[in-house]
Amino acid sequence: MIAMLALPIAALVVLSFWTQSGFELDRTPTLENYAQLVRLTDEPTVWFGIPFYFSYPVPAILMIKSVVMSLSATVAVIALAYPMAYFLAFRVHKHKALWIILITIPFWTSYLLRVFAWKIVLGFNGAINSGLKAIGIIDQPLEFLLYNPGAVVITLAHSWVAFAILPIYVSLEKIDRSLLEAASDLGDSKLKRFLRITLPLSAPGTVAAALLVFIPTVGDYVTPTLVGGPGGTMIGNLVQELFLKQNNAPLGAAVAITMMLIIAVIVAIFLWAIGYRRIRARRA
Amino acid sequence: MLKKIDGVWVYAIFFVVFLYGPVLLMPVFALNDGTFATFPLKGFTLKNFSAMAANTSMILAFQNSLKIAIAVAMLSTVLAMPAALALTRFRLPGGGAIQSFMMLPLVIPSIVIAVALLVILLKIFGIQLSLWTVAAGHVLICLPFCMSVLMSRLEGFDPNLEEASRDLGCTAWQTFWRTTFPLALPGVISSLLMGFIISFDEFVIAFFLTGTENTLPVYLFSQLRFPNKLPGVLALGSLILVGSAVLVIAAEIIRKRGAPSNNPGDY
Repeated sequence: MIAMLALPIAALVVLSFWTQSGFELDRTPTLENYAQLVRLTDEPTVWFGIPFYFSYPVPAILMIKSVVMSLSATVAVIALAYPMAYFLAFRVHKHKALWIILITIPFWTSYLLRVFAWKIVLGFNGAINSGLKAIGIIDQPLEFLLYNPGAVVITLAHSWVAFAILPIYVSLEKIDRSLLEAASDLGDSKLKRFLRITLPLSAPGTVAAALLVFIPTVGDYVTPTLVGGPGGTMIGNLVQELFLKQNNAPLGAAVAITMMLIIAVIVAIFLWAIGYRRIRARRA
Repeated sequence: MLKKIDGVWVYAIFFVVFLYGPVLLMPVFALNDGTFATFPLKGFTLKNFSAMAANTSMILAFQNSLKIAIAVAMLSTVLAMPAALALTRFRLPGGGAIQSFMMLPLVIPSIVIAVALLVILLKIFGIQLSLWTVAAGHVLICLPFCMSVLMSRLEGFDPNLEEASRDLGCTAWQTFWRTTFPLALPGVISSLLMGFIISFDEFVIAFFLTGTENTLPVYLFSQLRFPNKLPGVLALGSLILVGSAVLVIAAEIIRKRGAPSNNPGDY
């Protein structure tokens, strides 16, 4: 069973060292694909005022853009999910299972459809525009709603928020309630109690939730394709292009592998920066 | 503690509206008598739904999805069962590592899994893409879900029951079928349902691994580009939403109901 998972990834790695020449696959191992990703040139491609000295700057730019968009979506998800998890853990006493099912159902329904729903909401002729027009607030449809990175971030946040609630909820639920009482008895205000007890003790679940959202969204393909438009493409679109349209699977494989490595590095830096080992140790 | 209506409650309600709002617009517009998904609503109609019955390519895609989803649900549950048993019943060396490895498909972007499978199927094994390759990919991503459902169920009842069965002279095989399996049945059913739902709704892997035949999400995606197909898409989307919601609720109820009642070890 492990082979079932390891084999495809290994094959992807091997492929990334081959090259495509026309319709034939050249099986001599080479670093050419990776070299192509970092080859420098004297003429920079400027993107948002940042000069990129790469001769093939598209992957680097898309990678940075994907990470930034995915990070914004992750922050939005945590900001939205945390209060909801708090609500479930501390305020709901009756029908808890019902609430949890209510929160998780959207996660199980088609991802494609949830993304598509935002296209209906934000579109040129969509719900927001036609709604605002119908009640007379605007005359012309607002064009800035759909087909931009902002729309992608909103849609990603909405699609993944249900996924993030559960880990946070579990870690909040595990907090020993007598600790909270003790904090109050010792004179902490509600806010102080939250900052000094609840927040630190729920950190492992919150970190897990953040990673569960960040890692898969960097490589998301559906959302940028449907609501991103030309300005909202992400690295997943490039991988798809290289594999299915430009028929350059080896380069696509190299991009996919590089993407995974960059994600892994970012995650490692993040965990190191917040001292994840210490947080986990404190729980034990 | 008394139930208080305060900021947190207001937020919870706002949150549920945010969560469901966009998705619920789909059935609203599907029942609306207009070509565009716009307010104000024009009038009630069922014509979008009746038009679906005549759409043969959609029905074909639906049948394909159904076949794949049933096969995937059964296959991934059958594969997950021994793995879940091994991880919960024995102290395997490196069991923790194996477990985290099995959960990897949860955090790898699905496009990476899709292209990796594409590579291995086409370039290494030389297998033609078909509905079977889609099913294989789906089994891979369903396994972690099926395993975690089964494992939580297997951990939920007393392993002494299995020991008793062995002591009373059952073979390992008999013990499994007469003790473990009946006790794990709620978990098995929710694992089947979960596999079915995941496979039925999955798009990215199906998009990459399918040959000439479409699954329902792939068909849906191909229709999204044409604005004049919108009403049909809305109607189809609404039905899929309702269908998956019903299945999820069923899976949850079976899992929750099964927990106390089927467990003689709790007495």
